[in-house]
Amino acid sequence: MAFAAFATAEAQPQAPRKRSAIALVLLAPGIAYLVLFFLTPLVSLLLTSLQVQSEFGDIGEFDYAFNWQNYVDVVTSYWPHILRSFGYALVATVLALVISYPIAYFIGVKARSKPLLQGILLVLVIAPFFISFLLRTLAWKQVLSDESFIITSLKALSLMAPDAHFTGTPFAVIFGLTYNFIPFMTLPLYTTLERLDLRYLEAGGDLYASPATVFRKVTVPLSMPGIVAGTLLTFIPAAGDYVNASRDFLGGPGTQMMGNVIEANFLVLLNYPAAAALSIILMAAILILVGIYVKRSGTEDLL
Amino acid sequence: MAMREFAERGADLELVGIHKRFPGFTAIEELDLTIPAGSFFALLGPSGCGKTTTLRLVAGLDEPTNGRILIGGTDVTATRSHERPVNTVFQSYALFPHMTILENVAFGLRRRRIDDPAGKAHEALRLVELDHLAQRRPQQLSGGQQQRVALARAIVNRPALLLLDEPLGALDLKLRRQMQLELKAIQEEVGLTFLHVTHDQEEAMTMADTVAVMNKGRIEQMGAPEELYELPRTAFVANFLGQSNLFTGDVVGATDTAIAVDAAGSRIVVPAARAQRHSGQVTVGVRPEKVELHREQPAAEADRNLIGPGVVTDVSFSGVSTQYLVEIPGAGRVLVFAQNISFGPAAAEGDRVWVSWAVEHGFGLEDTPDEARFQADASTSAIAAQHRDALVAELEEH
Repeated sequence: MAFAAFATAEAQPQAPRKRSAIALVLLAPGIAYLVLFFLTPLVSLLLTSLQVQSEFGDIGEFDYAFNWQNYVDVVTSYWPHILRSFGYALVATVLALVISYPIAYFIGVKARSKPLLQGILLVLVIAPFFISFLLRTLAWKQVLSDESFIITSLKALSLMAPDAHFTGTPFAVIFGLTYNFIPFMTLPLYTTLERLDLRYLEAGGDLYASPATVFRKVTVPLSMPGIVAGTLLTFIPAAGDYVNASRDFLGGPGTQMMGNVIEANFLVLLNYPAAAALSIILMAAILILVGIYVKRSGTEDLL
Repeated sequence: MAMREFAERGADLELVGIHKRFPGFTAIEELDLTIPAGSFFALLGPSGCGKTTTLRLVAGLDEPTNGRILIGGTDVTATRSHERPVNTVFQSYALFPHMTILENVAFGLRRRRIDDPAGKAHEALRLVELDHLAQRRPQQLSGGQQQRVALARAIVNRPALLLLDEPLGALDLKLRRQMQLELKAIQEEVGLTFLHVTHDQEEAMTMADTVAVMNKGRIEQMGAPEELYELPRTAFVANFLGQSNLFTGDVVGATDTAIAVDAAGSRIVVPAARAQRHSGQVTVGVRPEKVELHREQPAAEADRNLIGPGVVTDVSFSGVSTQYLVEIPGAGRVLVFAQNISFGPAAAEGDRVWVSWAVEHGFGLEDTPDEARFQADASTSAIAAQHRDALVAELEEH
């Protein structure tokens, strides 16, 4: 798992390394790939984020500089978007966890003795992946639009105000994020719950723990690796997502997230340093949050 | 929760008319069993005989298809495992991997909100001599240590009834002996009722006050270990608990005190009190260590059975005793365990010998001969396999 590397790095003393030429040769393609496609763009992004507008240049022309002001500028003008991104991502992650856990538990534990049912249910979880992410989100836009059957019915039943909308609201964006990332939550949860040794649950019951306590004290801690993996796989892309919150999909003017701002700065306003600075902030914020989360959840030795 | 306090003493366990059917097979058919408070009771049987299922029913991990379970006179059939005053030492130990040893042991105490769980957990760990490892995780302990932690985790709750599911299976011989003694000492000290499930006859006999031999979902025979060994009632018990020489024949004479059986020409007398059936075709037997080997035909005695001559087909010397296998025409093979009182084996392969034993040592089984022959075959091969495994294990030890 991707985060296992930094989770265990400090906890375990490094084993004495054996340097061999063959290992280096075998590693070379990977290293070259990372340098070319990860390190180079990262450095380029960092440099861009510090650029300054060319004095006599056109719009979109920038010179290399060491302009920290870019960071201050983007934070002062876009702080609501930054907060909104993490807020939406957090709510969507929690919702996805609440929805996915019972599904994963059912597939991984209750359906263990019925492999056919297990297979069918897993396919159902993965099935949405067969259709493009964009198409699915567009479909939801149709389903939840003002003229749709669902919304007109809700209005007819007076469950929604006659002039209210669903698309363009934070609810719609969070709904979209939750929906789109549920498989990323369910699959890691399923893989840990599938391996959960039920004898521990029996032992919990034998030691006077009610089923609810067994769940809280035994099942949840033992499925922590799946919970951590699933929440990270949901939270990280959700925080940077720009499709669901976009005006073309489920969002509106008041629901713009960091991804939308970066997109606008890069493609519309041609303010590359601002877009780059925001990207760096997004990346750093996610790294810090994830680092704290992995440390706090105490799953280092379970990963 | 109902039980905030420790059980004062062990409780009776009563199983009434228990049946357990799983889809496709019956694990337990018609089981009635009463285990008095404070006793050390062993359920002994080969794998698949229903003994672990019985344990799981008592623990509340499975529900009986029919029947009732009473602990200390209270019907607990309908209650869930966490509501029963019972703790289990699982065969797999099932120590929680995400908790320290101390937290594992204190788990049950915390659930019942008993005062000073950590202190009591330390005390229980001291009892099994593992208090110095309290802060470790289960994965960092050896199998034997984990087993002792599992025991501490169950005993610390002072349950009215402690269930042990082959708890010593994974231990090496020396540790096993040591734990057997410790378990027995703990049981006597705290006065709990122990229900111990095992396939190891030696373990059952050394530890338990009462042993019940289970086979195919029912109890074949129950009693004190000596009683079970000296007077087995069925061929299964005769062969599962130690080894036996069995002879089948018609009863040719019966008095008030003894019956005589004609086993292919040899007359075998068994005390009437030690025979389950007194007429028709019966199976009688004798334990191999009660049989004496003679190089020359001895004079017939009224209180000894004598058969022979036969030919020694196998001699195996095992230090304390020597095992002889004697092939007697008509009567079949007779196994003789002879104490090595003099130096070396008394007979060699191919020697012509007679065997004899005191009439009072014979026993008569209750199974019908067909059944007995079939079961004796099945179980002797099982026992042979078991003995070989035990030997291999012991060889690896040294």
